Amino acid sequence: MSESTSQSATTAAQKGGHGAPAPAHGGHDAHGAHGGHGGPHLAHHFDTYQQQFDAGKLGIWLFLLTEVLFFSGLFCAYTVYRGMHPEVFVYAHYFLNTTMGAINTCVLLISSLTAAWSVRNAQLAQRKLLVLNIVITIACACTFMVVKFFEYEHKFHDGLLPGPAFHPTEQVWELESFKHKHPEAAEYAEKLTKAAEEKDKAKAAPVAVAVAAGSAVAPETGVFEKPTEEQIEPLIKAGVIGPMAEDPTRPSKPRNAHVFFGIYFFMTGLHGIHVLGGIGVFIWLLLRANKGEFGPKYFGPIDYAALYWHLVDLIWIYLFPLLYLIH
Amino acid sequence: MASPSATADVVAPRSSSSDNYLTHDKGVLSWIFTLDHKRIGVMYLCSVLFAFALGGLFALLVRTELLSPGHTIMDHDTYNQMFTLHGAIMVFLVIIPGIPAALGNIIMPLQLGAKDVAFPRMNLASYHLWIVGALFMLSSLAINAVDTGWTFYTPYSTTTSTAVVPAAFGAFILGFSSIFTGLNFIVTMHKMRPPGMTWFRLPLFCWALYSTALIQVLATPVIGITLLMMIIERTVHIGIFDPTLGGDPVLFQHFFWFYSHPAVYIMIVPAFGVIGEIIPVFSRKRIFGYKFIAISSLAIAFLGFLVWGHHMFVSGQSVLAGTIFSAITFLIAIPTAIKVFNWITTMYKGVIHLDTPMLYALAFLWVFTIGGLTGVFLAVMSVDVHLHDTYFVVAHFHYVMMGGAITAFMGGLHYWWPKFTGKMYPEKAGRIGATLVFLGLNVTFFPQFILGSRGMPRRYYNYLPEFQPLHVLSTLGAYTLGIGFLLTAFYLWKSLKNGKTAAANPWGGATLEWQCSSPPPYYNFHKAPVVSAGPYDGYENLMYDEAIGGYIPRKSSSST
Amino acid sequence: MTASISTLASAASALFGAEPTLPKLPDSPYFWMPPSASVTTGNTDALWDFMVWMSLFFTVAIAYAMFRFCTKYRAKSRAANEIAEKTSEHNTMLELTWSIIPLFIVVPLFVGGFKGFVDLRTPPKGAMEIRATGQKWKWLFTYPGLGTPDDALHVPVNTPVRMVINSVDVLHSLYIPSFRTKMDAVPGRYTDLWFKATQVGEFPIFCAEYCGTSHSDMITRVVVHAPGEYEKWLAGTIAAADSLVGVDRGKMLYEKQGCATCHSTDGTPKVGPSWKGAFGKMEAMTAGPPIKVDENYLRESMMDPQAHIVAGFAPAMPTYQGKLSDKDIDGLIEFIKSLK
Repeated sequence: MSESTSQSATTAAQKGGHGAPAPAHGGHDAHGAHGGHGGPHLAHHFDTYQQQFDAGKLGIWLFLLTEVLFFSGLFCAYTVYRGMHPEVFVYAHYFLNTTMGAINTCVLLISSLTAAWSVRNAQLAQRKLLVLNIVITIACACTFMVVKFFEYEHKFHDGLLPGPAFHPTEQVWELESFKHKHPEAAEYAEKLTKAAEEKDKAKAAPVAVAVAAGSAVAPETGVFEKPTEEQIEPLIKAGVIGPMAEDPTRPSKPRNAHVFFGIYFFMTGLHGIHVLGGIGVFIWLLLRANKGEFGPKYFGPIDYAALYWHLVDLIWIYLFPLLYLIH
Repeated sequence: MASPSATADVVAPRSSSSDNYLTHDKGVLSWIFTLDHKRIGVMYLCSVLFAFALGGLFALLVRTELLSPGHTIMDHDTYNQMFTLHGAIMVFLVIIPGIPAALGNIIMPLQLGAKDVAFPRMNLASYHLWIVGALFMLSSLAINAVDTGWTFYTPYSTTTSTAVVPAAFGAFILGFSSIFTGLNFIVTMHKMRPPGMTWFRLPLFCWALYSTALIQVLATPVIGITLLMMIIERTVHIGIFDPTLGGDPVLFQHFFWFYSHPAVYIMIVPAFGVIGEIIPVFSRKRIFGYKFIAISSLAIAFLGFLVWGHHMFVSGQSVLAGTIFSAITFLIAIPTAIKVFNWITTMYKGVIHLDTPMLYALAFLWVFTIGGLTGVFLAVMSVDVHLHDTYFVVAHFHYVMMGGAITAFMGGLHYWWPKFTGKMYPEKAGRIGATLVFLGLNVTFFPQFILGSRGMPRRYYNYLPEFQPLHVLSTLGAYTLGIGFLLTAFYLWKSLKNGKTAAANPWGGATLEWQCSSPPPYYNFHKAPVVSAGPYDGYENLMYDEAIGGYIPRKSSSST
Repeated sequence: MTASISTLASAASALFGAEPTLPKLPDSPYFWMPPSASVTTGNTDALWDFMVWMSLFFTVAIAYAMFRFCTKYRAKSRAANEIAEKTSEHNTMLELTWSIIPLFIVVPLFVGGFKGFVDLRTPPKGAMEIRATGQKWKWLFTYPGLGTPDDALHVPVNTPVRMVINSVDVLHSLYIPSFRTKMDAVPGRYTDLWFKATQVGEFPIFCAEYCGTSHSDMITRVVVHAPGEYEKWLAGTIAAADSLVGVDRGKMLYEKQGCATCHSTDGTPKVGPSWKGAFGKMEAMTAGPPIKVDENYLRESMMDPQAHIVAGFAPAMPTYQGKLSDKDIDGLIEFIKSLK
């Protein structure tokens, strides 16, 4: 049995050999011989393994509470913005790849399963299975990060960046996701755009096409009949035309559309950092598990890490619908 | 009545030359990587006092500049940087960590008869994070000191050319330092109390630290994310707070105060705890209304989360929101006032010793009463419209923070000084220091109430000449305060070498920290004492032994 | 902040020569408060007085109790080992009393404050409207019919006035102590406050939300005119503003539009370069080749001040696009030319 690293600085304090160990609760006898006065992996300031475990458990729950509050600020900002500018969120969600998001959701759910299972493995001292489950957890987490990397790469490529760097290379109605859901609206937006471009070529001064909210679009070319609900409603909802649009003369995008991407990168980025942190913790636990450190008396670290991981997963479960599945 | 601890190791007082936590391990590394809560507390104490000196220096410079309207010793921009740094250092580096991290770390586990806190490594990490956060904040000083005010309001903070990011990032890191301390304290008090110590036998200092820890854990993450949002807004311009990009500057204020109001309870509730320890011991009497004081700390912690908008009555916030915030603010005032009444009633028919810790506690009662009452002025919505952002507010919060938290900190420092240094400070010098500090703070800040009600706004470099006499008076008070603290620092420092050796229990306290030697051994207690009485029970069972300069149990005394 | 204090001091006195002219703090019949010059002061002053007496009572009572107990029950010495008399830890009568009495104090304060606040935030119908714009670092007030804004607030006595407030850059706050009213100026929004002046005279106006370097130099004043005088002032100002051309117009704008806060006319550099002798000079810029300070550069500096900045100065100037007419710009240029 190797010395746990948690004992390192405290063993020096135990040279005095003071004190009889208090009776161990939680069922298993303490090994006095292995450095710690109460047993291996029992810190000197705790009397029993049970006390140590309970303390750690309360500690991790408190930590998770702080994490929830930390993210809550962002969820709050999201709520405020979506309340004030729903069209920005509708517009932007078309640019997100729902399939990739769904893959990531599944991957995290699987990793949560293996993380939970690994706790049981540790409790039963099933070293090989424990190692396997941790490996799978780490692998899933890495998969998540890889998928995220590709998603981010696409965004960079398509100019979908926060703030002043926001220069989308495609119009929203040209996207597959939009065309698939609202084919008539996509077509209609194309028509309007072409008409506006022709008018630009024909005249020097641009003429404002009367695109009022919900009312009939009556371009002065007089080419089109009154548009249908299917044609204009998705465009108005997405701030492409109408009072929230940037450009009154032709289909464009809603004012301050970049705010969504600021929030998107901030929330998913912060979440990603927490995933990376989790990977680091699990790698460390993998090394310890491989050495056979965990057993029925001492499995706290696996338990706490798994709890942390469940929270990371849970936060993603909220992020996914809020960002990707907007109606 | 049973003696305080029936089966405790009653340790005969030893001289401080025998092995204790200070001498047990030697070398700088044994301090930097220590896991001993007492050493961590001592390091925190030194760091916090250093930061206090720095923040105090800035304060003196600010007050010197304000001796005359317009330019006195520095230009506009330097002045703005000075008051910003004074505020940021005092709030984030001194008062928020202050009593919990410096005094609480040393004393709380001793009061529980425990060997350490629940997570010693997290405790050390908390201290290291303080250092890192402090370095970031000071780096802002070196680059182009931040000039936004400690409140970092947008859009000024997202557009000014000073080094906002290092300062804000420093505060962000300090937040984690605070969270770790709080988390540790909560788990320690839940899981490591000794046999027989029920919740209602916990010392009031522990109750206070517990309530504070709850706030630290719940509120600090919010300032963390707020500062991060502000930094990202400033660097990437995502548009959350900038109106030209579709953002809302007032949203920042909501996020900021959601933490910063509970933060002021992080600053004051531990002070309540210290006062709750000193008054019974120096009155030789059980505290009046123990349960109420304990529970009211929790109530104040909880209600403190619901009142942040009282900082924003004139921000453009809705009347309805303002009304709710005002109403709940008044609710907090009542349990707070009752605490003060309880403390004073404790002294009734007591046997009162006016040593330095008690002088500070009495100073606290006066100064906190004024600070608290002036908070009521600010809770009244219409009156706040006139007083918001004037010197009235500055005076109010200095009375409660400087007069409340710092005075209590000084009291606790002197009270527990013998315990963790093994030396007595010189009592006469202590009383002079306490008097100077008390006088200084009243002369500094009371004129500021008058300045404020007459309309003098805060954060003003230039001002109407008619305000000058009151400013001069305030500055004189500030110098007095500075002298008082310098004197205190001097005699405390000297006492480390030349002070009288301290007994285990110089004041006759009944809480468990007085059961071990002064200074305590590195392991605190061989075995957790079994507790069979309350923390303020049994003073009649202790008697003073002049030979050792401390109290011993009455039974074992052989002299008259 | 690496320079020593003395170097700082001498550098600073070179930077800031003349201070802006300040209004006088009016004499007040009250110790704590400024004069009561609007109908909006009544509630605040009444609640204030109540709280001062209440606070005095409690402070004295608490101090007395402490003093009395410390003297009456003071220990002789530790060695005397006196034991305190046993008293109860509870006293229901006492505890109820000191819980209920504060309640009786707190509730009326809350209700009074609420009522007063609603009043302060509810302008009467038909109130006269004046616009107040906060910018770094000047308040500009816009009056109906007057093309250029003025740097002081002028109002008629006994007339309800509603201020519509906004900011063009960062947060500011319009604070008129003698009217006991204040409201933040938020960029991207309009806020308002109202008052009805009851005394003729001049009262200070402060900016009460920190906004940077010259936050404390935004001090201006409200001039309350006797009946009939306000209209005379407005007419006269409009006529003067319309008739003023060239150097005179430029000088008026220099004072009214906020230029004086940052540009001196006597050679002292402030936040911006001094205008004295500026015209015709070749000036080094913070980036790019030196530029001659001619009509084009001056116009560009007013419309797009961040384009070319004189070396040694910060990019602090706001744009005056849309605020200065061509007539205004010409006048300012003539004025600057005249400052040899």
